[in-house]
Parts: sequence; structure tokens; C-alpha cells
Amino acid sequence: MTKYDELTEFLLRLGDSSLIHAQRLCEWTGRAPALEEEMGMMNVGLDLVGQARNWYEYAAERINDGTDADALAFRRDERAFRNLLLVEQPNGDFAVTMTKQFFFDAWQFHLLTLLKDAKDERIAAIAAKSLKEVTYHLRRSSQWVERLGDGTEESHQRMEKAIDVLWRFTFELVEKSDTELALSESGSIPALTELPEQWRATVNEVFAKATLTVPDAPSTFYLSARTGMHSEHLGILLAEMQFLQRAYPDASW
Amino acid sequence: MQAGELITTDQQGRSGNEADIQLAYDVLEEVMDPEVPVVSVMDLGIVRDVSWANGHLNVVVTPTYSGCPATEYIETSIRDALHEAGFSHPKVLQRLDPAWTTDWITEQGRNRLKAYGIAPPVGSSNKRSLLSGVTQVECPNCGSDDTEQLSEFGSTACKSLYRCKSCLEPFDYFKCI
Ligand SMILES: [Zn+2]
Repeated sequence: MTKYDELTEFLLRLGDSSLIHAQRLCEWTGRAPALEEEMGMMNVGLDLVGQARNWYEYAAERINDGTDADALAFRRDERAFRNLLLVEQPNGDFAVTMTKQFFFDAWQFHLLTLLKDAKDERIAAIAAKSLKEVTYHLRRSSQWVERLGDGTEESHQRMEKAIDVLWRFTFELVEKSDTELALSESGSIPALTELPEQWRATVNEVFAKATLTVPDAPSTFYLSARTGMHSEHLGILLAEMQFLQRAYPDASW
Repeated sequence: MQAGELITTDQQGRSGNEADIQLAYDVLEEVMDPEVPVVSVMDLGIVRDVSWANGHLNVVVTPTYSGCPATEYIETSIRDALHEAGFSHPKVLQRLDPAWTTDWITEQGRNRLKAYGIAPPVGSSNKRSLLSGVTQVECPNCGSDDTEQLSEFGSTACKSLYRCKSCLEPFDYFKCI
């Protein structure tokens, strides 16, 4: 039986967000400001690709129409992707990349902490596994935010600018969703009601140390990952990421 | 399901015993991690179960990191080594839960890492030590405690890069997760 239901959508939201964020990190290959940072970003990206695969495999089993993790990653169109708007945003400079990483890590960290106690054993297992990796990611990105925010005049300015560029997309990290409420009421996942507050608390804490100002709460606008209404950047990213499998279906080496 | 199980009988299936399991463990002691070729899959603690089921050997492994590119290679190496040791169609199954922790690396594994020049994980993997990240790592070359972290991430996902302030050698540290 094909189950493209709310839980499947939720799994895709997790898988897609990890994969698209990882794809953006890959763009730094050969261009990072220092070798250590390049290794750091590639390692984080690799963790996220692995996590995406775990979520996709579960989603594919539920969809159960012959699809698999590769097909979900490489053969779906833009409107079918459920990743956060935040992660599809261009890398910009290192400040934008790190701020994006930090917002995402904090969201993942608190979300996975809740999900590791899910009644759905598969979700709990993937979350517990991923959380170990994400704990490292968050530690690293928090340190960078502090270092750049509380660094030189220029690095501070660039951080303020980065926050300015990215902040409006963070509404998705703190919004309440009826789907997730329904999922938690049906018992598949724990209640995520605490998530927005936990995310804000982490941002407040790190920004305070970084001498950065936390902007006012972002408001919703017409784009939304939940309905596949993405910013113009995702299509371009997918064109590159999916090229090989689209041009040479089932190519392998 | 083994090939041929559907219609014909599984000609190569047989019943296994304690000696088979022991032999399998001996074989697994010799299957090395491709990235750190001095530690075996047993040293790493990624083999979670070895048993006999439906006429064949079953080995359950858990991945170290979600995106570890060595995972599939390791699974193939295990299958090949067991096949070579005479097991027909050994099965390697993946299990995520409970998630792998560096606490499962054996004493022998830790010693081998150190001898290879990689500092073994320090302390336990509890959440607090992960978040604070305060660890004192001993230099595998000279044994000094006076070391500093150069980079959170090293040559592979499981390591970070350190430097010894006494002997000035850089070294890999096997991260605690
Ligand atoms: Zn030393």
C-alpha cells in the first residue's frame, strides 16, 4: 500500500533539509578560506548526506511504489522538495555560510533531541544516531558565530549582514504546524511544541556571547517548504545536483 | 532471503554450531577498517551480533557515522572474508539502534590506535562531555598532555586534528561520540 501521508511528508522534510544543506556545503570544495574549514564543511556535509539517506530509505519504504533513496534525491522536481527555505539559500561569504549552519544546527539539535524519544522506533533510531553527529556540528558553528561576531569590526559587520540576509527564512524553524501537531497526537512523533522556544534560547545565548543583536521575530510570507513553494535558488541547485541521474538514468560506477 | 529459497530448496544451507560462530568471530578479528588498517571491525565494536539463521551465518553491524563512506566497503569485506573462510552466503545486516558509540572500542582497539599514532577517544560519550567539548587529549607520540585542537574535523568524520605542544607533532584524535 502506498503511504504518501503526513508522516512521509515529515520524513521528507528532514531528509530534504539535510541533503540540500549538504549540497550547499559541497559548493565550498576547493574554495574554503582554510584547509581545516574545508575538511570541516565536507565532514559535516557527509554526515548530512548519510542522515538524508536514512530518512529517505524510511520514506521510500512507506511510499512503497518502487521508489528508493536515490530516486527521492535525484528524480523529484522542485515543488516536491520539502526542505527548509533556509538551507537552499546561497552560501554568500563565510559569515553567511556559518550563520546558516548555526541556525540549521540549532534547529536540528533540538528537533532530534525530541525525536529520539519517538514511539516510532525507526524515527527514534535515526534521530539518536544523527544527534551524536549534530552535537558536534552545533558546537563548531556556535564557536564560529562567537568568534566572528566578537571578532574584528569587519567580521562583526559581516555577521550582522549575514543575519539580515537569512533571518526572514527562520520563520519556518519556529512555526507551529498542524501536520506535526496531528502527528504527535496520533503518537508517531513526540510533541514539538517546545522546539521554537528551544531554538530561540540557543540563538539568544550564542548571539549574546557573540555581541550580535537578535532581530524581532520573523513573520511568515508566501513561500513555504511545506507546500513546495521555494525561493528561486532551489531550482538552480537541483539542476546541478540532479544533472547526472537525469541525463544518464541509473548511471553507476 | 537467500537466492533460490523461493522454489527450490536452499542447497547450500546447513545447520551451524558453536564452532561456526567461533570461527566467524576469528575471521572478523582479521577484517580491518579500510581507513585505519590496524583496527579490526571487532576492535571498533561495530559487530553487534553473530548468529545462525535459516541455514546461514548472519552478522549484524552498526555504522560508525551516518555518512561514513567506508560502511559499504566494510560490509563487503566482512562478507568476502566469511565467504573465503567457507561460509556460504553469509548475510550482513545493518542495525542503527542502539547508535554506535566510541565506548564500544575495545581495549585492544585503543592500544592499536595509539600505536598507529591516533589518540584514542577520551572519556565517555555522555551528552555533557560532547557539548562542552573539554577534553584533555594525550599525544600518541610522546605522551604529553600539553596538546591543542587544530580543527574539529580531521581527515575523516571520526577524527579531529590536534597538535602536541611538547613534541610539536600534529596528530589525529579519534573523536568521542
Ligand atoms: Zn607529543
